Amino acid sequence: MHRAEVVGYTPEPVAVRDLDEREGTPFFSRISVRSWLRRLFRRKNIKIGIYGPPNAGKTTLANRIAMDWAGEVVGSVSDIPHETRKTKVKRNISIRYGKRSLSMDIIDTPGVATKIDFHEFVDTYGMSEEESRQRAREATEGVIEAIKWLDQIDGILLAMDVSEDPFTQVNITILGNLEARKLPILIIANKVDKPGTDPAVIKNAFPQHTTVPVSALTGYNMERLYESMVRHFR
Amino acid sequence: MADGIRINLISRERMDGMSPDEKIHFILSEVMGGKVLVLEEGLSPVEEAELMQRTMASIDHDTFIGIEIQGYYNPNDLRAPFLRRVFQRRTPPRMTVIGPAAHLKTIYKDGEVIQALILTDKPYIEGKEIWKPPAVQPTKA
Repeated sequence: MHRAEVVGYTPEPVAVRDLDEREGTPFFSRISVRSWLRRLFRRKNIKIGIYGPPNAGKTTLANRIAMDWAGEVVGSVSDIPHETRKTKVKRNISIRYGKRSLSMDIIDTPGVATKIDFHEFVDTYGMSEEESRQRAREATEGVIEAIKWLDQIDGILLAMDVSEDPFTQVNITILGNLEARKLPILIIANKVDKPGTDPAVIKNAFPQHTTVPVSALTGYNMERLYESMVRHFR
Repeated sequence: MADGIRINLISRERMDGMSPDEKIHFILSEVMGGKVLVLEEGLSPVEEAELMQRTMASIDHDTFIGIEIQGYYNPNDLRAPFLRRVFQRRTPPRMTVIGPAAHLKTIYKDGEVIQALILTDKPYIEGKEIWKPPAVQPTKA
């Protein structure tokens, strides 16, 4: 990590171009046949999946996008992990940036995890054992459903909490799957409203992808995210 | 012979001889049996996603709460030679450690180092036995 980048970070909107490390790469290494065909035939809506580990702010992000462009929310949010246990689809959201627009379906997926322990809901969040078991059971089904959706999406917003370690196996596995499929990826460094956080940590962890720091909760830097989405997914 | 957690280091050759389905079956059955595996060459991202799905399907919330898996990030190397990029030759997955989530905890990870803790003093959760360390069989000289 470059110390200067960490020290020098100020929570101002970050120029997307500055974060896009792929600008200088050859055209054919950046475009897949799938996205080329999509552009050729101008399919109306693309499917954008919001992925990430539990409690990364995926549903808050989906709600923010849906509220900004459709005036509706996608799902409920909670501090308790695995609040979203079924994939939710918000269809026909059109976002505009300047003269360009993007029509999409937003796929809000359950948090992807490799382990789910119902005792965590009992011990940390004071839920009853019956409730916790039910939540854990639904969460395991949600993870399976989220992974299956990877075959159907056209692009991804990979949400990460800037206060958490970005090198989780969930992040690495999701990125690896999308890279193998050559699908466009935007990494969302979410929760920059938390004090003492630094989105440069995420940018430095995955320098070959575009990272957009936002706070889906407060709406900070969402304009930059919309600009990036129109440029990346259109 | 004292009880303990068995750590198996699995060579690339051993995994190469298996189909993706066999690899996942092998890993999951070993880990559900309480072993920690260190794979010389990890799984592909697609195999890892399949492993995660099957792990979720195997969780029973009393005896198996899932897996701990950690490997290094292995991105498409944009600086790789042109021909390798054209023919989609990816560098192989790197070393990976996989174990039962109740007994293997990652304590630190960055792009170059993975530090994990093997918990041997917590074979029970809430009074329920979640895994009993198997007696280690003596190996033949």
